[in-house]
Amino acid sequence: MNISALENTAKEMRREIIKMITAAASGHPGGSLSATDILTVLYFDKMNIRPEDPTWEGRDYFVLSKGHAAPALYAALALRGFFPKEELAGLRKIGSRLQGHPVSTKCPGVDVSTGSLGQGVSVACGIAKGLKIDGKDNRVYTLLGDGECQEGQVWEALMFAAHYKLNNLTVIIDHNHLQIDGNVDDVMATSPLDQKLDAFGFNVLQINGHNLESIATAIDRAKECTHKPTAIIANTIKGRGVSFMENQAGWHGSAPKPEEAEQALQELA
Amino acid sequence: MTKIATRDAYGRTLAELAATDEKLVVLDADLSKSTKTCDFAKVCPERFVNMGIAEQNMITTAAGLATVGKHVFCSSFAIFAAGRAYEQIRNAVAYPGLPVTIAATHAGITVGEDGATHQAIEDIALMRAIPGMTVIAPADALEAEQAVRLLAEYDKPAYLRLGRLAVESVMPEDYQFTIGKGHVLQDGTDAVIFACGLMVQEAMAAARLLADEGVSAAVVNIATIKPLDEELVIKMAKQCGAVVTAEEHNIIGGLGSAVAEVLAENCPVPMQRVGVADRFGQSGKPAELMVEYGLTPEVIAAKVKAAIARK
Ligand SMILES: Cc1ncc(C[n+]2csc(CCOP(=O)(O)OP(=O)(O)O)c2C)c(N)n1
Ligand SMILES: [Mg+2]
Repeated sequence: MNISALENTAKEMRREIIKMITAAASGHPGGSLSATDILTVLYFDKMNIRPEDPTWEGRDYFVLSKGHAAPALYAALALRGFFPKEELAGLRKIGSRLQGHPVSTKCPGVDVSTGSLGQGVSVACGIAKGLKIDGKDNRVYTLLGDGECQEGQVWEALMFAAHYKLNNLTVIIDHNHLQIDGNVDDVMATSPLDQKLDAFGFNVLQINGHNLESIATAIDRAKECTHKPTAIIANTIKGRGVSFMENQAGWHGSAPKPEEAEQALQELA
Repeated sequence: MTKIATRDAYGRTLAELAATDEKLVVLDADLSKSTKTCDFAKVCPERFVNMGIAEQNMITTAAGLATVGKHVFCSSFAIFAAGRAYEQIRNAVAYPGLPVTIAATHAGITVGEDGATHQAIEDIALMRAIPGMTVIAPADALEAEQAVRLLAEYDKPAYLRLGRLAVESVMPEDYQFTIGKGHVLQDGTDAVIFACGLMVQEAMAAARLLADEGVSAAVVNIATIKPLDEELVIKMAKQCGAVVTAEEHNIIGGLGSAVAEVLAENCPVPMQRVGVADRFGQSGKPAELMVEYGLTPEVIAAKVKAAIARK
């Protein structure tokens, strides 16, 4: 693994996220930027995928359960070669393959349509179970928001994953401590996430979600766990990389104005 | 003319009611800035409850609050309220007949850029099919405000469908909304357009287009889709002999279906429906989507002429 190459990729992804959301004048920068490093490690180091053959049977699956971070996923897919980078400018525009939330029937590399919080993780569990039934060893990854963990369905899914010992499933929680209406623990506390996940039967790992090496190590350790699904609690910063967006709930779902985007791009140069 | 979104009128009215209605409790599921329940939260934090991103629990908790005498409004986007929590609404709220208002914003395709996952085009159908449910889709801010005031005192379950987009005021200044009553905005002789929500403004524009061509189209705002003002629907259908419905909803199960059911049994006349033609929405600017999905004055006018031609 070439860390400095990955770091450059993450930075380029962040620039693309800012550019596409600005061009769309709509979208979710905060949760896209907090998830960028995780997606970088998955798409540029750990996941077994073939951009030229997106539905290749041997691929690892990724489900963006926090579907509003679509810009981060689109940036990863475009830079990895699933579709031309130029298409990113079409984000959220009428007729575009890059819908506001990812759509499997439109966008190459998107396995599961998401956007309604709490559902992606269940679909990921179904994929993992299906692969087990077939005796296959493809891995399944899903990324959740920490606010998303307030959905009861998330816990139904987690219970299922542990019950059926889906050790081919890795659940990653983008723990940026914010949701739309404020701090997660002020709106509806989900803490202590680690103890809850442990009690639900998961192999729980806690990492700095902006440290590429830590992310990579955690993903490797998940693969080594033979009897349990793994949950990686990735401590992150919402809006990571753009000073005025960091830790601000207000940047959850608003697009930067052109002059703000310019400043953001300078910071990400 | 200044345009106001019905969700803005909703939040403002809740905030106004906070002082006088001590039984009022408002719930939201992490969308209070978008649904505008934040206006109420500001003035009455003690009776605002943020449920987190947990719509099913929100609706069912509302049932509990209503059980101890609270007047409950709960809000989220229409897709997550009527959609995600459908069965909770049906079994925990409607079956016991509890006075809970599900005030759902961001209904229809004019949600815009968020795309199909966030664009409820089936919510009227879902809510209308529940026994005893009241379903209201106000046309403008004035009507939304009056609906909120009436629903705060209402003793039955209700679904209030609100929009994201700012809309023209179409109702007269002295208008007084009554649950279950339609309102003739413009009389006519050749055809009648029944519309709800933001399609009322589009229907008015269609009537102006038609007037230029010498076609006299009546426009009726059917804000209460259930219970439907059957008397008015039948009267206007008889008077005009041709009917068009217009709604920002799938053409299956919404206002058009409700009107068709009544007319088929009482007074069959040529009828055409304007609505989303049984397809999912997509990302785009609201105005572009209105054109893409055929929710324009031009399409309504064309359907009016088609209905008249079948007389
Ligand atoms: C079922 C559902 N309810 C509500 C929403 C609206 N919504 C979109 S993002 C969001 C907040 C998500 O917070 P979090 O999961 O922490 O995401 P992040 O901070 O990573 O952006 C909400 C409430 C939704 N998309 N789906
Ligand atoms: Mg969060």
